[in-house]
Amino acid sequence: MEIDINRLDLEFQAKIDSGKTIEPKDWMPEKYRKTHIRQISQHAHSEIVGMLPEGNWITRAPSMRRKVTLLAKVQDEGGHGLYLYSACETLGISRDELFEQLHSGKAKYSSIFNYPAVTWADMGAVGWLVDGAAIMNQVMLTRTSFGPYARAMVRICKEESFHQRQGFEIMLSLCNGTAVQKHMAQESLNRWWWPSLMMFGPRDEESTHTEQAIKWKIKLKTNDELRQQFVDQTVPQIELLGLELPDPAIKWNEERGHYDFGAIDWDEFWRVVGGNGPCNRERLSARKEAWEKGAWVREAALAYAEKQESLREAV
Amino acid sequence: MKKEWPVWEVFIRSRSGLDHRHAGSVHAADAKMALENARDVYTRRQEGVSIWVVPSASITASDPEEGGELFEPAKDKVYRHPTFYDLPDELTHM
Ligand SMILES: [Fe+2]
Ligand SMILES: [Fe+2]
Repeated sequence: MEIDINRLDLEFQAKIDSGKTIEPKDWMPEKYRKTHIRQISQHAHSEIVGMLPEGNWITRAPSMRRKVTLLAKVQDEGGHGLYLYSACETLGISRDELFEQLHSGKAKYSSIFNYPAVTWADMGAVGWLVDGAAIMNQVMLTRTSFGPYARAMVRICKEESFHQRQGFEIMLSLCNGTAVQKHMAQESLNRWWWPSLMMFGPRDEESTHTEQAIKWKIKLKTNDELRQQFVDQTVPQIELLGLELPDPAIKWNEERGHYDFGAIDWDEFWRVVGGNGPCNRERLSARKEAWEKGAWVREAALAYAEKQESLREAV
Repeated sequence: MKKEWPVWEVFIRSRSGLDHRHAGSVHAADAKMALENARDVYTRRQEGVSIWVVPSASITASDPEEGGELFEPAKDKVYRHPTFYDLPDELTHM
């Protein structure tokens, strides 16, 4: 039996190495299943919780154009959550269990959504930086080994590009506006910059799962590689907006061919991950409230469907 | 009440003339709601002109373990392909 599992493990890894995808009904190591349930559900929860800071601004958008855009973006994020919950359920966990894990705090979601969106400029900075950082991770995941996850990522990536562009457009308008508007953009950039860099996760030397994740192609680049790529792509965009760099240590390093940047406050990172960011409690209680207040709708719809079914059978 | 809405598989015809293709799945209490949810989740950008929804529980799938028995017998039947036949280059319209 022992030998059999070893052989299956080797065949499984060989399949991934040769670029084949793993499908839900294929044999897989228990650890692969568990890791994927954890990662995909965490990703799904992030999309759903991520609707909250932006949803807050839909009724406050400064124009009709901005309002329909923001509404469409938030709706997309809801869709992304649903694609991912579906992908996760193919691994044999139910939607209710997934929600239960979110509500009990057992499952995590991206810490970035535990920061508040306090000005209109935050709608710009979130689309530009937060979606921008998420896109880099998600583009990488279109080539991950688990088929349903990779396919959900392809769909999501197609939709993300407008999210980032509309965010940048908001920043651009503010930067081309009055001094007060430009200041609002600068202040927002300064606040979102560091949490955005933290989105890529702990430094490589502290990231425990990297090696296994690379073997399974859940990761094709390390946290630090993606973070550097993000800084390199974003600094010229900050300059294009005519804003000041949010970190005085940002400097082009000719030798490395990359921008250097300052030290991240990892204590803050762990504090927020641990549940003590500015909005952790607020976000979770908003999700729980939506779930509890929606219970009667779920029950009524099911009761109605069952009644219709039994009426049909009686005919 | 601890019962979940059932899962439905969603198939979408992206343009007229094409086959329906599997897009993903949704939860819904009944078929009508499944169609509406599929519309909202999978066709926000005109990705479809027609949707099928099928209760996931109604699908019978082949077992990957039996893939060999099912599909390998076709492997050595190269004579089912047009390229198997040696014909002169001068021959046209065939
Ligand atoms: Fe998203
Ligand atoms: Fe997005």
